[in-house]
Amino acid sequence: MNIHEYQGKALFRESGIAVQDGVHCISVEQALTAYDSLGSQVVAVKSQIHAGGRGKGNLYDPDTGNLVMEGGVKIASSREKVEEYASNILGNRLVTKQTGTAGKTVNNLYVEAGCSIAHEYYLALLVDREADSVLIMVSTEGGMDIEEVAEKTPQAIHKAWVDPLDGLRDEQMTTLADSLGLTGSAHGSFVEMIGRLADMFVGLDCSMVEINPLVRTEGGTMVALDAKISFDDNASFRHPWRAELRDRSEEEETEVRAKRSGLSYVKLDGNIGCLVNGAGLAMASMDVIKLYGGEPANFLDIGGGANKESITTAFGIILEDPNVEGILVNIFGGIIRCDMVARSIIDASAEVGLKVPLVVRFSGTNHEQGKEVLESSDLSVITTSTLAEGAEAIVGAIGGGD
Amino acid sequence: MSIWIHEGSKVLVQGITGSQGTFHATRMAEYGTDIVGGVTPGKGGQSVELPGRTVPVYESMAEAVSNTGADVSVIYVPARFAASAIIEAAEAFYEISGEGLIVCITEGIPTLDMVRSIGHLSDKPGVRLIGPNCPGIITPGEKGGCKVGIMPGYIHAKGRIGIISKSGTLTYEAVAQTMSIGEGQTTCIGIGGDPVSGTGFIDCLAAFEEDPETEAVVLIGEIGGTAEEDAAAWAADNFSKPIVGFVAGATAPPGKRMGHAGAIISGGKGTAEEKFAAFEAAGIHVARDPSAIGQVLLGVLIEAGLRES
Repeated sequence: MNIHEYQGKALFRESGIAVQDGVHCISVEQALTAYDSLGSQVVAVKSQIHAGGRGKGNLYDPDTGNLVMEGGVKIASSREKVEEYASNILGNRLVTKQTGTAGKTVNNLYVEAGCSIAHEYYLALLVDREADSVLIMVSTEGGMDIEEVAEKTPQAIHKAWVDPLDGLRDEQMTTLADSLGLTGSAHGSFVEMIGRLADMFVGLDCSMVEINPLVRTEGGTMVALDAKISFDDNASFRHPWRAELRDRSEEEETEVRAKRSGLSYVKLDGNIGCLVNGAGLAMASMDVIKLYGGEPANFLDIGGGANKESITTAFGIILEDPNVEGILVNIFGGIIRCDMVARSIIDASAEVGLKVPLVVRFSGTNHEQGKEVLESSDLSVITTSTLAEGAEAIVGAIGGGD
Repeated sequence: MSIWIHEGSKVLVQGITGSQGTFHATRMAEYGTDIVGGVTPGKGGQSVELPGRTVPVYESMAEAVSNTGADVSVIYVPARFAASAIIEAAEAFYEISGEGLIVCITEGIPTLDMVRSIGHLSDKPGVRLIGPNCPGIITPGEKGGCKVGIMPGYIHAKGRIGIISKSGTLTYEAVAQTMSIGEGQTTCIGIGGDPVSGTGFIDCLAAFEEDPETEAVVLIGEIGGTAEEDAAAWAADNFSKPIVGFVAGATAPPGKRMGHAGAIISGGKGTAEEKFAAFEAAGIHVARDPSAIGQVLLGVLIEAGLRES
């Protein structure tokens, strides 16, 4: 789960990590009130969406598609400029290199007091899957895309791994501060901040915290000018407060609905709907459809606990996509029995009024019974026993492929 | 032979009194797995009926290992308790016999809980963890065999192919592919698709290299991370038997998590293409179509002189 910058900064404040004063706004009026209350002549007016690259993104009118403003994060030095930027941002679509061409509608703004920047740095904490531990990455090249830095100047990136049992050691914090060339009060400020960040990362079950830029002020303190935080969904049971930070408008509604039924669904651009048990097999089914000249419309894993209700929901979700011209069901029965899936398919097809071609591949537990159930029903269905045959059949049925 | 488990393995079930635990303990016992007991805190002293035997429930892993001499434990406890169950099993095996295999089936364990669990395992060299979020491990026998997990036992047969996979049902698909050309398996391991987990591809390959009965390996990866690339690079220098490889997710879009927590292309890294390329560079025989794994394997076995036709 991702949260907005303004929410992340509130968590930083609670954890004692230095941030500038700022106000979350959802209207131009609120932005102006915020400007008046902050008492800073220079403020940053920042679009709040769950994607990076906001500063270099562009805002478009959602109706006309016309460019409204370049840059989703603006520095304003007057009340008039705050008004101009806020109205250019709110309600328009921000396209960044992480949002895709459709962009995201900006419903939230953050107006933040300006600060005197001496230097910009990069800081991130994330779970390093190769090392099975939390990795801290810092760089002197703040404000830049870390992937770009990694490619062009890898020597500018310094890393430290947090011991899973003993935590971050004092000398690791000092070494990181040294590696950024920090001295005096900035050095102390960084050490204090990194310790608190490491504690926060673990305490809140984060999966990533990225601060880009982290700045050293003219006064020699380290301030988080950005806050990008993702949480580990598996740990949500420990953090019920997270529910309040959830911005439903940032999530794909169908993906959320699928999840509630124990399904894992991702929409894609093709025309062949897929319903599969198991994530790996679901990906493999998409791959095979492509190999046979088709294009998958979705990834859908019905999971190990699927039943008639969740399979009906799955069919409904697949068919909501107007691009779907045919469906491939691929079940390798283990705990799930193919005959149960067959009966669910028949019921679901009746319930959702299935009109597109359907190919079902059964293998594993009770695959023969499953096939019999389908073949003795009124349902128009092609059954196969291998994935390749299934993919070939569905691609053929919708008139695609070679 | 086989790797890590065999027909003589003595297996404990952590969470045996839960619905998942009882269900799968029953299936495992039916397959022939020697289940010697279970552990459920608060239910020590009870017993559970399994096909052909009644097994005791212990209060703790330490008690269970001491009383049964078990060398394998399989975990079916809910996600929020699973990391503690792993640590408890690791400490019991380490302190009592110095070694043991822990297979964690549970999915949805918080990542940082797994980081801590792996931290606890790092100073216990004789203790191995497989998973979490995996189908488990199976060594088919002449009659029955040893199944530690949730896979359908009957699709397997004893043979000479080792199978390693990040996926569940895709592992079954790989098993079916070997069976389609009349080849059985030594051991099949599902290592799971979580970002932080125990045994990896290289551990499995190293064990298969040492196992005289394993003559070829099928390796099934998926997008995300660099475990496939690392395994390929390791195999090029250290693995002498033929490998057939497949990677799921060639059609997955970047930045989207494909079901498994670890299956995501992020920052342009972890794509199927990179992994297939790494396989090819390491001399691994690539099957781009999982339905063709059997045929690719057949060709490889013939080429290696391990089969006539």
